[in-house]
Amino acid sequence: MALQPTHDLHKRRMGRNIGTALVLVAFIGIVFGLTLVKTNREGAARQAPATEASQ
Amino acid sequence: MSDASINTQTSITAQAGEAGFGDFFALLKPRVMSLVVFTALVGLLAAPVPVHPFVGFVAILFIAIGGGASGALNMWWDADIDAVMRRTKGRPIPAGKVTPGEAKAFGIALSVISVVMLFLATNLLAAALLAFTIFFYVVIYTMWLKRSTPQNIVIGGAAGAFPPMIGWAAATGSISVEAVLMFCLTFMWTPPHFWALALFMRSDYDDAGVPMLTVTHGRPATRLHILVYTVLLAVMTIAAAFTGIGGPVYLAVALVLNALFLKGAVDIWRRDEVASEADNFAVERRFFKLSLLYLFLHFGAILAEAVLTRFGMGGW
Repeated sequence: MALQPTHDLHKRRMGRNIGTALVLVAFIGIVFGLTLVKTNREGAARQAPATEASQ
Repeated sequence: MSDASINTQTSITAQAGEAGFGDFFALLKPRVMSLVVFTALVGLLAAPVPVHPFVGFVAILFIAIGGGASGALNMWWDADIDAVMRRTKGRPIPAGKVTPGEAKAFGIALSVISVVMLFLATNLLAAALLAFTIFFYVVIYTMWLKRSTPQNIVIGGAAGAFPPMIGWAAATGSISVEAVLMFCLTFMWTPPHFWALALFMRSDYDDAGVPMLTVTHGRPATRLHILVYTVLLAVMTIAAAFTGIGGPVYLAVALVLNALFLKGAVDIWRRDEVASEADNFAVERRFFKLSLLYLFLHFGAILAEAVLTRFGMGGW
């Protein structure tokens, strides 16, 4: 069977799928980054009083 | 029904089911979003509490997405009048690229995501302010005021004025006089900005039946309103120079810009329709362009003062 030429509709669908995938990857990156920043800050905040108490 | 109309109908339906990524992005009103990003960034950076750069980036991103979501919901509700107005008929819904249902679902989903993510990144006050901004723009302005009162732009302008306040709240967890002043700056700027647009896009609002001041009270009254609001705006923005967000740099910028803006408003007020039509509304168009620069440079000056203060040079 002969392959059909790519229709404009396929291009739009492809663009939408790639765009959605990139947005999802970015969203995962943002949630991961936020988790790192928040946990590091909370860890630092907890460590500070403990260090003061030991001194 | 002719074959031609059937074909047109079919192609629009087919296209509407296959919107591209860019069509959904266009629903977010990217140009309005750029203003939201900038003013929210200034609010965030002008705040006296330092924010972790990544948290700041996430906060601005989701404030922008929240603003974009309200734009998508605005396009869903206003699809009927957008199709009539020359300025808006190329938008994704009237152009047949996105269905109203898709725009509504997209807008609601992004609204929820943006508010939740802003809460997780910053605090409850900032998230609540963002939720209120979306509610205000979509329900109070779009669904209620826009089609019912000529004061639509005046009251609805509050929605566009919230972003710097949200940025400030994201950093500090509270609202102060400085945040309110930044809100007032955009709030007072909105009416002259949009009324100038209404003067030279005159047939659009008439055709759509939107009760803009130009339609309900006439064009001379609109010109007078532009002048009155510009005078009030000038007083407010120059007075702000002597508050916590101001300083010598801000004062110099505010004096120059307000002198130019007042001159533009007086020129608009002194003109009649014959003179305006003769030069294709050149003065009104110039005033509209200046209004964009006016807001950008005022917030730029607030940002400059905030940065200089960090180095012990800003403020009074």
